[in-house]
Amino acid sequence: MKELKYALFTGCTAKESTPEQMMSTLAVAKKLGIELIELTEASCCGASHLQDYDDFLSLVLNARNIAYAEKHGLTMVTICNTCQLNTAMTKHRLDHNADLKAKVNAKLAEVGLEYKGTSQVTHFLYAIIDDFGLDKIKEMVVKPLSQFNIAPFYGCHNIRPSELQNETHQNKENAYNPTSLDDLIIACGGVNVDYNEKNKCCGFHAELQAPHTAAVLTGNAVAGAMDANADWMVTPCPLCHLKLDTQTHHASVAIGRDVSLPVLHMQQMIGLALGCTASELGLKHHVTKVNFV
Amino acid sequence: MEAITKQNVTFKVFRFNEETDYLPYYNTYTLEVTHEEVVLDILNRIKWDHDGSLSYRRSCRHGICGVCSIKVNGKGILACKSRLFELIEAFGNELTIEPLSTKRAIKDLIIDKKDFWDKHAVVKPFLTGDIDEAPTSEHLVSPHDAEKLLEADYCIQCGACHYSCPAVEINDQFMGPAAFASAYRFSADVRDTESEDRLHLTNEEASGVWDCVKCMECAEVCPKEVNPIEKITKLHNMIFEAGIAKNNVATRHAVGFAHSIAKHGLLDEGELVRYSEGNIGVLKHVPVALKMFSKGKIVLPWNMPKSDKLDEIQKLIKSSSTVKF
Ligand code: SF4
Ligand code: SF4
Ligand code: SF4
Ligand code: SF4
Ligand code: FES
Repeated sequence: MKELKYALFTGCTAKESTPEQMMSTLAVAKKLGIELIELTEASCCGASHLQDYDDFLSLVLNARNIAYAEKHGLTMVTICNTCQLNTAMTKHRLDHNADLKAKVNAKLAEVGLEYKGTSQVTHFLYAIIDDFGLDKIKEMVVKPLSQFNIAPFYGCHNIRPSELQNETHQNKENAYNPTSLDDLIIACGGVNVDYNEKNKCCGFHAELQAPHTAAVLTGNAVAGAMDANADWMVTPCPLCHLKLDTQTHHASVAIGRDVSLPVLHMQQMIGLALGCTASELGLKHHVTKVNFV
Repeated sequence: MEAITKQNVTFKVFRFNEETDYLPYYNTYTLEVTHEEVVLDILNRIKWDHDGSLSYRRSCRHGICGVCSIKVNGKGILACKSRLFELIEAFGNELTIEPLSTKRAIKDLIIDKKDFWDKHAVVKPFLTGDIDEAPTSEHLVSPHDAEKLLEADYCIQCGACHYSCPAVEINDQFMGPAAFASAYRFSADVRDTESEDRLHLTNEEASGVWDCVKCMECAEVCPKEVNPIEKITKLHNMIFEAGIAKNNVATRHAVGFAHSIAKHGLLDEGELVRYSEGNIGVLKHVPVALKMFSKGKIVLPWNMPKSDKLDEIQKLIKSSSTVKF
């Protein structure tokens, strides 16, 4: 297999509140022999909130990010569901609307850039599944996670709207019965746990505006995983991670029941199975203690 | 044409009669189905061949009246449009059939949709305009202007989005995706004169657009591809453009992204919370922030990372901004 190489859009969270996600991404990429060129010029994607304020500005900024991936001639890989949604949505809109693309490019020309539409945008989870292959991960596992019941938490912005998301996937995902993260757990030797909330929302994006709604959603998610006997949860999204890892106090109050489980980033789970150390994976940066390593 | 394949499917059907039952229960039927059948065919077969008391709504059989919406394995569908082969492909051959909202069930798959209609009525889902009583020509809408509706007028009020929306489920004031799609549909209509009124209505805290958690479920579920969250985003934009956005935590949260990107290229997470909540409101986040800080999860202001070529980002923000707050 030829060596896999991607342009990495880290997003902001990996650089700030989830440093463990950045560390584990790099550690796992190294183990898998995947080369990641970091797009250091990239700006924040706007997380759907800039889009609410100034849609055109968000298109221009996201198109700029993609233009840098295009300059490398590489597929852009994201490590945040919301980065993925906003970037893929920008790409979809520009690729399907020549007028809009021309308007955006008129702005990008002011800084000597052009959005062509030549780079794909995909989340690291799907890059691993589609390009690297779960069979190969399975072969590389040195410390199978067979002792653990692991609850996958997919995060809305990787699975909905599925029509947009599936544009870039070879292995199509059904938003009502997603399988990618379950398959990854199985490839790592773990036992995947089924529960109602695995494809539901954690509430992150309304945490400030609608704190009660957001806290109930987080509480329901963790409670669902606990009731299904999960030892821990795993997610491909650093925003879901923040919500599930750091907000369980509010969530417990909101649903009237103490809930808390360790939550791993998907990269940390792969890293554990491949034999990375706890410090390489940044496990000490969790608020809910990772109590089993 | 492909041969019609037959297969056995087990249907677990939600049963409940408000007048005689304390609790709902499920009846199980195993039927041989052909793949081109729709769910309504199955409901009819159960009613006609097995249990005449099974209750559900249907009328047009053509995806137009919107009354037959139910859930299959948690997915909102129109019974008359949803094909068995798609459901079997997604969920295998055990299918659970439930009303859109189990807690609103009156009889079996029939629910009380009062909250849906009440919220729908609030947004004034009709055109208001000055009509000439003796017009001499038609009041035509150009194709260009009609496109502005973004097909929001395709909504058949089936309620699938409303009863799949997590914000509606938790916050009973929240108007919900269908009401917002309707508000947009009429506010985007060039003939309408109450657009601003509707923007005020959808701009309220708790009930309005700001309490949407952005789960995208309404876009996923809608059988008519109305894409309500797209209209909700449009309403946000229109609220800012019309200058009626109030200065509150929700609006500052959106605007804060622009400030932060202008300064760092990236989002300054801590500053976003401070700016959104204000200097007093931010205090309630201190306990969590301290825990995060102790785990190395908070970047202090003087260590904030910046995007390379920040000057490009700043230049684009100057030249491409379209709204002011
Ligand atoms: S979604 Fe979050 S992490 Fe991703 S770029 Fe936007 S603000 Fe940053
Ligand atoms: S709220 Fe949570 S689950 Fe939903 S999109 Fe945001 S991060 Fe993902
Ligand atoms: S995106 Fe918003 S309105 Fe749509 S279902 Fe989710 S919370 Fe409800
Ligand atoms: S927007 Fe779609 S799902 Fe919602 S009520 Fe209208 S037709 Fe039904
Ligand atoms: S019966 Fe009218 S929409 Fe299904």
